[in-house]
Amino acid sequence: MVDDRLLTASASPHVRTRDTTRGIMLDVLIALLPALIASVVLFGFRALAVTAVSVGCCVLFEFLSRKAMRRPNTIGDLSAAVTGVILAFNLPASIPFWMVVFGALISIVVVKQMFGGIGQNFVNPALLARIVLMVSFPKAMLASWPTPFAWKDASTADAITSATPLAILKSGDGTLPSLFNMCFAKAGCLGEVCAAALVLGGLYLMIRRVISPVIPLCFIGTVGVCMLLYGFTKGENAWTFALYELVSGGLLLGAFFMATDYATSPISIKGKIIFAIGCGLITSLIRLFGNMNEGVSFSIVLMNILVPHIDRLTVPKPFGMEKVKKEKKAEVKAS
Amino acid sequence: MGISGAKVLSAVGKVRGGVHVLHQKNTADQEIVRLPAPNKVVIPMQMHIGAPCAPIVNVGDTVSVGQCIGDTTAFVSAPIHASISGTVTAVGETTLANGAVTRAVTIESDGEMRLFEGIEPPKIDTREEFLAAVRASGLVGLGGAGFPTHVKLAFKPGTVDTLVVNAAECEPFITVDNRECIENSWDVLSGIQIVKEILQIPRVVIAVERNKPKAIEVLSSIARQVEKEKGEIAVMQLRSIYPQGAEKIMIYSATGRRVPAGKLPSDVGCLVMNVASVAMLARYVKSGKPLVSRSLTVDGSAICVPQNVRVPIGMSVGEIIDHCGGFKSTPYKIITGGPMMGFSIINTDIPVLKQNNAILAFSKQDSLKKETDCINCGRCAAACPMHLQANRIARIVKTGDVEELIRAGTNVCMECGSCAFSCPAGRPLVQNMRLAKSMIREAAKANG
Repeated sequence: MVDDRLLTASASPHVRTRDTTRGIMLDVLIALLPALIASVVLFGFRALAVTAVSVGCCVLFEFLSRKAMRRPNTIGDLSAAVTGVILAFNLPASIPFWMVVFGALISIVVVKQMFGGIGQNFVNPALLARIVLMVSFPKAMLASWPTPFAWKDASTADAITSATPLAILKSGDGTLPSLFNMCFAKAGCLGEVCAAALVLGGLYLMIRRVISPVIPLCFIGTVGVCMLLYGFTKGENAWTFALYELVSGGLLLGAFFMATDYATSPISIKGKIIFAIGCGLITSLIRLFGNMNEGVSFSIVLMNILVPHIDRLTVPKPFGMEKVKKEKKAEVKAS
Repeated sequence: MGISGAKVLSAVGKVRGGVHVLHQKNTADQEIVRLPAPNKVVIPMQMHIGAPCAPIVNVGDTVSVGQCIGDTTAFVSAPIHASISGTVTAVGETTLANGAVTRAVTIESDGEMRLFEGIEPPKIDTREEFLAAVRASGLVGLGGAGFPTHVKLAFKPGTVDTLVVNAAECEPFITVDNRECIENSWDVLSGIQIVKEILQIPRVVIAVERNKPKAIEVLSSIARQVEKEKGEIAVMQLRSIYPQGAEKIMIYSATGRRVPAGKLPSDVGCLVMNVASVAMLARYVKSGKPLVSRSLTVDGSAICVPQNVRVPIGMSVGEIIDHCGGFKSTPYKIITGGPMMGFSIINTDIPVLKQNNAILAFSKQDSLKKETDCINCGRCAAACPMHLQANRIARIVKTGDVEELIRAGTNVCMECGSCAFSCPAGRPLVQNMRLAKSMIREAAKANG
């Protein structure tokens, strides 16, 4: 006979998925790896250093703030590390390290932990930090992009260009890189310079079912449509223009890795579609008509704020409760 | 329909949500083995949904197999019969797997398994006689729910046009329904014909999940033979996705009809019966022997010889496991029923009930996951076959807003466990749903 005291009683279900929060975050980190490698190839050791500082600080701040609040330590779930990488990806390689530390502080302490930790932040931590840095230090954040591959040659190591492809697209001054370079190596923030690496990472996340394709597709699709329409009205080569817009700036990084953040995106498919189309529209409006060259960060943060409302309006009808509604409507009509 | 009715149909309604649980149908090819009668059985007086029975025997009485030992006048209930012959040694109380305490009759065997002499095939000419006979058989839903069959069959004549025979068996590990289809397929068919004819149901769908090709083959070949004379009995294969066998999901898959919240299958013209219940019904009509034994799958990582067994109702879980070679490693958790909806038990003296379809024993602590914060991934909502958002309902529970809980469809939840299964943060979402339902019940009580 078995020693009954050894038996465990617990509520059903008695089997659970093997997926864990840490596993999901690890998948995101893996998906970010190709873009990290690309940035190191393009910008050299400095790119790696910025990422390391960012990740290190995010994890440290997570640890310290949980300690200060006397709550269980959560650095093991790797979410702080993910925030760290994404924050670094939103910064130029030339950024001073102390600004990275400041950004990490905003992300983890202010945006994430002060609102209750993982799953509770109302905007994307890395994106808000980017916006705070952009507003506080516009010169470091918006006007000094290291030239790709310049680090390899000592004479040009400090070469800086102020013109990202988006700026050129907008002003029309300067020459755009070839579409090939746009996809593999262009000036910009760490994470956004290699479109191909981002797509690779995004595909990995979709295959692993960490993210659903709904948000990236609707987001990118909406921007594509807007840019095409604009291109046609301007009579330019609309298709090339739209294609350039799609691979420029932070669109792919935002669509695959930031708009899909669980805590700040809607639950239902309908909600996701609304959210992503909203992101796409705001991005397009800012890029085409705003003062700034780039609108992805602001669009996602703005839509993040709307997510609770989108969620509330897109709650699916429970099975078997759809008909009741119809009958009610019919009654209303009849009366 | 003619010949075309013989082919295997595919699902009409496509289930949204659900989860892919490892099937683990290790015993699918294991024939059901009848275990030797135990020395003692403890037969609880509550093995069904509804009013408990009262014991009608006393200590010292001699009883035989099939003799009624518990009954009640309540409609929603089913009488209880002795599963072995011998002497009543106690009329006391016992604790069930779900923690409920109920009265129970203990019988010590005389080793003879003598059949009760009053047993004879029931006389069935009318619908009323049929329903009375079904009640007398003690039959309840053998798929796990334990709803008295005679209550289920007492729908208003003419309201049901489709009988769905549920052989989905979507819970992992369990294979007894699969075996029932293969080994007792003629019983299944004759049970179907009895229900179909007496209750005047024009159409029958036998719904089986696709992961049971042998059962599908056997049933459709038999249906084809019957089809020549009668017609309108068809086998349908369904996607293997949990919880395909849940009543409302099954109806939607098989007919495309949605049972409205708070309504019954008969409200959409459907009757769903578990395949083992149908087969049992056929055997009862033929012999008059009531429900005194049932088939179980005994499996799990801690079981020495996983197999399908047929045991008298009231036999203890421990004794059954001993017959399956005992434990090969220290059991960590023992479940009656499937791993998704079954109950974990805290001692092996617990008797087998009419509605139990499996005993599973696990040696590893693979089921308890550390609970961490909700990351709002939405997998619970995506997994819910009833389109509920478990994480949202969890938040409403914290606010205590009962109105909002009702609007969110809390009562539609059937506690299938798909949400909790798919939660990467290991959150107790099913318990939360039960809490939400009890809050609604309490509020209703408070409001009179």
